[in-house]
Amino acid sequence: MNPSSRENDLPSRAAWPWLLFIPALATGLVCLLLLALGMSPLAIGRALGSGSLGSWLKFSHVLSVWSPLLLCSCGLLFTFRAGLWNIGIEGQVIVGAIGCTAMLRLWDGLLPPSVLLPLALAAGGLAGGLWGILAGELRNRGGVNEIFGGLGLNFVAQGLIIWLIFGPWKRAGIASMSGTDLLSPRFWLTTPPGWRVAPVALAVAVLALAVTILLLDRTRFGLHLRAVGANPGAARLFGIRPDRVSMRAMLLAGMLAGLAGSLQVTAVYHRLIPAISSGYGYLGLLVVMLANYRSPAVPLIALFFACLVTGSIQLPITLQIDSSLAGVIQGAFVLSALLVHGLRRGKD
Amino acid sequence: MQRFFIFLALCILSLLPALPAAGKAAPRADKFVFGLLMVGPANDHGWSQAHYEAGREIEKQLPGTRMIYIDKVNPADRPGITIPMLADDLIAKGARLIIGNSDDMKDGIREAAMMHPDVYFIHISGDDVLTGKGGRNLSNLMGRMEYGKMMAGFVAAMTTRTGKIGYLGPLDNAETRRLATSAYLGARYAWTHVLGRPAADLHFKVTWIGFWFNIPGVTSDPTLVSRNFIDSGHDVIISGIDTTEALVVAGQARKQGKKVWAVPYDFRGACAEAPDACLGVPWFNWFPGYRLLISQAMAGKWRPQFLWLGPDWKDINNPETSAIGFIRGSALSPAAAAALTRFQQGLADGSVNLFTGPLNFADGTPFLKAGERATDSQIWNLPHLLQGMDGH
Repeated sequence: MNPSSRENDLPSRAAWPWLLFIPALATGLVCLLLLALGMSPLAIGRALGSGSLGSWLKFSHVLSVWSPLLLCSCGLLFTFRAGLWNIGIEGQVIVGAIGCTAMLRLWDGLLPPSVLLPLALAAGGLAGGLWGILAGELRNRGGVNEIFGGLGLNFVAQGLIIWLIFGPWKRAGIASMSGTDLLSPRFWLTTPPGWRVAPVALAVAVLALAVTILLLDRTRFGLHLRAVGANPGAARLFGIRPDRVSMRAMLLAGMLAGLAGSLQVTAVYHRLIPAISSGYGYLGLLVVMLANYRSPAVPLIALFFACLVTGSIQLPITLQIDSSLAGVIQGAFVLSALLVHGLRRGKD
Repeated sequence: MQRFFIFLALCILSLLPALPAAGKAAPRADKFVFGLLMVGPANDHGWSQAHYEAGREIEKQLPGTRMIYIDKVNPADRPGITIPMLADDLIAKGARLIIGNSDDMKDGIREAAMMHPDVYFIHISGDDVLTGKGGRNLSNLMGRMEYGKMMAGFVAAMTTRTGKIGYLGPLDNAETRRLATSAYLGARYAWTHVLGRPAADLHFKVTWIGFWFNIPGVTSDPTLVSRNFIDSGHDVIISGIDTTEALVVAGQARKQGKKVWAVPYDFRGACAEAPDACLGVPWFNWFPGYRLLISQAMAGKWRPQFLWLGPDWKDINNPETSAIGFIRGSALSPAAAAALTRFQQGLADGSVNLFTGPLNFADGTPFLKAGERATDSQIWNLPHLLQGMDGH
C-alpha cells in the first residue's frame, strides 16, 4: 500500500483514541528500556524538557532545528501525497546548500548582500529542485524506482560536497572536515540578540508550511496529487498525467529541501560542512510517517523531534547518558505509529 | 484537528514535568564550574580522554572547581548542533570557563566567545590569540608535541627492520604537518646518527585519513590504512590520529606472527590496547595548562594568552609539571631504550635541535639554510612536508 492511499484511509473521528496509543506505546517502550538499563525515565524526561523548553534561548535553539526540518517535511508531504518515497531528500538538502554557497562565492562583491542573500537562498531552492527532478527523471524515463534513484543521488551529493570542501573550496592551506571558510558575516541571516534562530529562517519555514497546506488542500494540483497517489491508472482516465504530476511533486520537494540546505548554510553553520544536512531529510521522513502523511500534525511533530534533538544535549551534561537516546525515542514513536496504524487497519 | 492537538499535548506533556526541575537544577554559586567540549568520546584512549582526565584532575586539585562536559562534539555525531548552542547550554549550567578541545571548533569557539564576553574560553590547538582574531576572553593552549613526535619517530627508526615507517595522519593542516615532520626528523636522526645508515634508505610515508578519527563513509578507514601499511612492508606505524587503530591493527598482525609495531598518540594509557606491539606513546598532559589558565580565571587575573607548553625535562612524565611526556612501551628493545635516553638528554640540553638546516620542503624548495634554526613561528605554521617524506 502506498503512503497516499494510507493517507486516504484515515481513522474516523470516533477512532481518534487509537492515536492516543502512539505516544502511550512509545513512552511505555522507552520507559521499559530505560528501567531495564537502570536509568530514571523521569530524570531523562526532565532533562529533555528543560533542555528544550526551559528558556527562550533553548526554545529558540529548538526553532533553529525546527525550521529546516519543517521545510523537509513539507517537501515530503508533496511526494508522499503523490505516492512517492522521496528518499533522495537528503541529497536535495545537500545540493541546495551547495547551490546557495556557490551563489555567495561566485557573486560576492558583485551584488550587495541585501540582494545576493535572497538570490542565494533561491539558488539553493533551485539546485535542490533540479536534484529532485533528476530523481524523478530517473524514475519516469529510466524506470529506476525513486527509492533507489534517490539513495544513489544521496551518495553522489555527499561525494560532491566532500570533493568541494576538500578540493576547490578548501580553506587556505587546509583541507578539513571543519568545512569551508566562514562566510562573511554580511551573508549571515540576522539573529537578534538573545535569539538563536534567524527570524527570516522561521518566516521561510512558516510560509512554506502555509503554501504547502494551501497547495495540497485547496488547489486542483493538490487534488491531482491525491488522485495520482491513490490510483495512477484511474487518474489517467480523468486526463491527469501521472508522470508530470509526480515530477512537479519531486520539484517542489527538492526546492523545499534545497531551501532547508540554504538555511543551514546562512543561518546555522555559516559555512559549508560535510554534514550540512544534519540528517534532516531522513528525520523529515520519520516526521511525515508519524504524522500519518497528513499536513496538520507535521509542524507539531517536527517541533517535538526538534525538542528531542536539542534537549538531548542535556543528557551527557547532567546525567552522563549518551544523547543518541533521542534517536531511540524518535524511533520508538515512529515504530509505535506504524504498529498502531497497522493494528487499526487489521481490526477494521 | 482535535486528535492532533491531543496527540501533541501528550507529546509535550511528556516533556513538561521537566520545567519545575529546571529551577531545582540551577547552578551552585559556590563552585567555579568549567565546561569541556570534546571532539571525540571521553573514553577514546586518545586525545579526548587525555582532556577528560586532566579536567577530573583539576577538580581534585583546585578546590572549588567542578567540571561539566559534552563529548562527541562534531557534526557527524551531533547533527544540527553547533558550538555556540553547546556553549549556551554549558553556561546555563553555570560554566564560567569553556574549553573547546579541537581544531575543528575554532570558528564555533570564536563565535561563542563573542556572544559571551563575560565567560572565559580556551581553544586547544588554535592560534586566534596570535592572529588577533580572538577577543579578550579567549586563550589558546597547546603542548609542544613536536618533542614527543620526535621521540616517536626515533623509536620507530630504531626498531624497523624494513626501513619503512608509516604515519597515520588525520588531515593536512599546519598542526599535523609539523607533527608528522617532527616524527620524520626524529626517525631520520636515529637512522643516520645512531644507526649510521644513509637517509635515502629510510622510507617515511604519510597517509591522511581526512579527520581526527574514523567517520564511516566520509574519512578513509584508519584500520584499512594501517593494514595497507603493513601489507606494503611498513613494519612500524606511528599514529597521528585521536584513536588507537594503528596499535590495534599492529597487535592483531603480531598475533598472526608478523613482526610489526606501532606508536599510538595522545593518551598516557594508550599502550594498554596492545602492549606487545607498543613501542611507547607520546602523550599530552593538559593538567599544567588547565591549572594555569583556570586558576588565573578564578583569581580574576585572566588575560588572553597563547600557551605552547613543553616537557619538563627533569621528568617528562611528571603529571604535575610536564605538558608533554613519552611513556615507553614494553615492546621497546633495551638498546633502543638506551639510545632514546641519550636522545632525550640531547633534546633537553639543546645539543640536538632537529629543526636545523639544511632542510628542504618536499618539492625541493629550501626551508632552512645550513645551520639555520627554525623559529617557533616557522614550526607552528609549517606550510609543507619536508623532503624525504612521502605524503598523500
